[in-house]
Amino acid sequence: MSASKLTKKLGSLLFTALLLGPAMAFAEYSTLNMTESVSKIGQDMYDLHMLAFWICVVAGVLVFGVIIWSIIFHRKSKGAKPAHFHENTTVEVVWTSIPLIILVAIAVPSTKTLLEYEDTTNSDITIKATGWQWKWEYDYIDDKVGDSKGLHFFSSLSKESNDARQLGANKPLPEHYLLDVDKRVVVPVGKKVRVLTTANDVIHAWWVPELAIKRDAVPGFINESWFQSEKVGVYRGQCAELCGKDHGFMPIVVEVKSVEDYKAWSSAQKATAAKAAAAADAASGKTYTMAELMAKGKDVYTANCAACHQASGVGGGPFPALKGSPVATTGSIADHIAIIADGKGIMPPFGSQLSALDIAAVTTYERNAWGNNTGDVVQPSQVK
Amino acid sequence: MSDQAPTGIKRWLFTTNHKDIGTLYLWFSFIMLLTGGAMAMVIRAELLYPGMQVVDPNFFNMMTTMHGLIMVFGAIMPAMVGLGNWLIPMMIGAPDMALPRMNNWSFWILPGAAILLVAPMFIGGDFLSGQGPAFGWTFYEPLSGQYGNLAFFVFAVHLLGFSSIMGSINIIATILNMRAPGMTLMKMPMFVWTWLITAFLLIAVMPVLAGVVTMMLTDKYFGTSFFDAAGGGDPVMFQHVFWFFGHPEVYIMILPAFGIVSQIIPTFSRKKLFGYASMVYATAAIAFLSFIVWAHHMFTVGMPVAGELYFMYATVMIAVPTAVKVFNWTATMWKGSLTFEIPMLWSIAFVFLFTIGGFTGLMLGLAPVDFQYHDTYFVVAHFHYVLVTGALFGIIAAFYYWVPKWTGNMYPPLLSKIHFWVSLVSVNVLFFPQHFIGLAGMPRRIPDYAVQFADWNFWSSIGGFVFGLSQILFLFIIIKTIKGGEKATDQVWESAEGLEWTIPSPAPYHTFVTPPDVK
Repeated sequence: MSASKLTKKLGSLLFTALLLGPAMAFAEYSTLNMTESVSKIGQDMYDLHMLAFWICVVAGVLVFGVIIWSIIFHRKSKGAKPAHFHENTTVEVVWTSIPLIILVAIAVPSTKTLLEYEDTTNSDITIKATGWQWKWEYDYIDDKVGDSKGLHFFSSLSKESNDARQLGANKPLPEHYLLDVDKRVVVPVGKKVRVLTTANDVIHAWWVPELAIKRDAVPGFINESWFQSEKVGVYRGQCAELCGKDHGFMPIVVEVKSVEDYKAWSSAQKATAAKAAAAADAASGKTYTMAELMAKGKDVYTANCAACHQASGVGGGPFPALKGSPVATTGSIADHIAIIADGKGIMPPFGSQLSALDIAAVTTYERNAWGNNTGDVVQPSQVK
Repeated sequence: MSDQAPTGIKRWLFTTNHKDIGTLYLWFSFIMLLTGGAMAMVIRAELLYPGMQVVDPNFFNMMTTMHGLIMVFGAIMPAMVGLGNWLIPMMIGAPDMALPRMNNWSFWILPGAAILLVAPMFIGGDFLSGQGPAFGWTFYEPLSGQYGNLAFFVFAVHLLGFSSIMGSINIIATILNMRAPGMTLMKMPMFVWTWLITAFLLIAVMPVLAGVVTMMLTDKYFGTSFFDAAGGGDPVMFQHVFWFFGHPEVYIMILPAFGIVSQIIPTFSRKKLFGYASMVYATAAIAFLSFIVWAHHMFTVGMPVAGELYFMYATVMIAVPTAVKVFNWTATMWKGSLTFEIPMLWSIAFVFLFTIGGFTGLMLGLAPVDFQYHDTYFVVAHFHYVLVTGALFGIIAAFYYWVPKWTGNMYPPLLSKIHFWVSLVSVNVLFFPQHFIGLAGMPRRIPDYAVQFADWNFWSSIGGFVFGLSQILFLFIIIKTIKGGEKATDQVWESAEGLEWTIPSPAPYHTFVTPPDVK
């Protein structure tokens, strides 16, 4: 084979690879474009995105085309002699005006969509989402569809994801890794859901891409936004504002049910909540054994405390060790409980998240685990 | 003329020579580039596969934070000041900067600031738990207020501000007072113009940055409540003040790069820069607009709708002067007589890739769509196209263009070509897929991600490792060029125009002791 034939063959190979390579990659990677939305306004946002994208593509093809033309045909090696022009008022006025006209053309639909997006009136359900380091708290404030008004719960990363995401865990990743929670937000289909966002500690942001809603949760302030899903399904999102160590591990899962299913769900929730409250009342008066409290305390600790203080109680960086700490050994039980309930420094208060039994159990656990061995047994009645 | 300059370390400590100080700035910024780049390698290593394999989440956050701060304040800005120091006096026919002692001081503040910035990473016993700043380079309150060693960060920023403000005063004083006879403002090279405008931006916004970090300091240690809602403050006010600094800051990093490519493209097109006057006006327009668009970084923060509309309109307006600049570079190449020396390659890559960053910038400016883009990898892709393939490519182009004048030696042609092509391909493998994962819904600043983002993250990391390694090759090229190489002529480039090409290569220690005549 002669050298020229070889170059030709290599050239055609390269060409095929360049053409087919991306095509093959596209087939394999479906995640190329913005997530399409299940809400009407989300679809408007998507369309606007595509409009802006195609305008950029056309502008890019024109400008880059001219540059590439110059690179190929106006090169010195091809004997190109430089022209002498270096200004032209007409051309400059024209190419200043054209972008201006295009911008006005995009601004019109953008304004329309924005005004619609910011209209939170006439909602059917109002849910308050409060960001915590690093979980979400939900309050159903108003419900014109079902019976969820007053419903309140916390929602954290699911246990399977949480186990798998530990450094060096080396576990197989569960389905919906990092996008699964222990308790979902449930809403009805085709209804306008107003979301009030706020935060307890630092700024978080409540984002579900398919529902086309993203709004910051700012401590001390309440923001309003809304979504309305036209399709039943489960939609997953994440906190979108850096909020510290476990920012990547506080997902949001919204389950959209049919109106009938939603109503059934909300009544069931009400009943469960009433039962749980009664049980907690009964529990706070009861006396528990050390073994019971240690077992319960370990679960509470793993779910709420281990993210910062570590499972082994040694802490790390800004998070103090509990192992051997005066707070959990020689200090008074009342002070220990107060720190758990009210927080300290960057530690959030857990008083509103944990029951008296939970706090009693975790206090007992911290005073006896990892060789702290104080022998203290803390009963729910001591927690006030 | 005898130099009587001290030698050894004293030469560099006490120097008031603009060329020495320019060299110091450039080396400092290159060390910072490698430091910040090493941190980016840690980030990409953790993101190579889903699951946590390499570092603790807090350490990861510290890496993203320090990477951003070091690249912005340590690498890009000092590199631009270094280029300004070296080139502005030679371009306007001045013997040195107007305030040489202050010039020395503004450089020597920088290493101290860098140490203050980096030190908290090593204070305390537990390096791997990430005890340095881990609140993002934007240091939003109240998250940053939770950080124990905040005072280090605040004082580091204060020092960086002093340095920048003194550097800017010096540049303005030099340009306005020390131009050679006959060099009117509208005859100045574009690089000088862009630096003049940049210097005004710096003087305007660095005090705002100093103000905001001081408020953080008093909030943390002296019981004030500027940003604490519980005490009557407003965490969102932090963002307004920060971005009032932050948006012009973005242009501080890119405007001198505009100037650089406006010098290089005409040289290798053998044709005058198209629309010089409109270039100057477009630069000034961009600088002006940069002050009135800041809240487009905050569309999701819960602003009144009138505010969102205003900031959207003002933001997309920036596309007009920016487009004018790109059109002018294009028209400069059109019907030229092009050759493709290394500086030209980097400049053409700049025009293409910066424009892509500009396009995504326009998309991000549309408030209702920004609700989906905001705080995702789409934003990460956008600003890396602007700052890496924009500002950094401009700086590298400037190195290859002026290094024959600085050292008297040509760069090694083959290695430099490899450096360009490997960087060009890898930087796109690194950042282009980030558009996809951002649109698909991956938030920025997360150490681990859901599996649907895995494929493109893998390729992005591979591109990142190659891009990182190719900058080690750049270090080798720099050293090799300083040590020797083909001798450069005084003119260096066939049709380069400007006073710096009228002096010998390498440029003597003192130039233009008597001012040249500019026709």
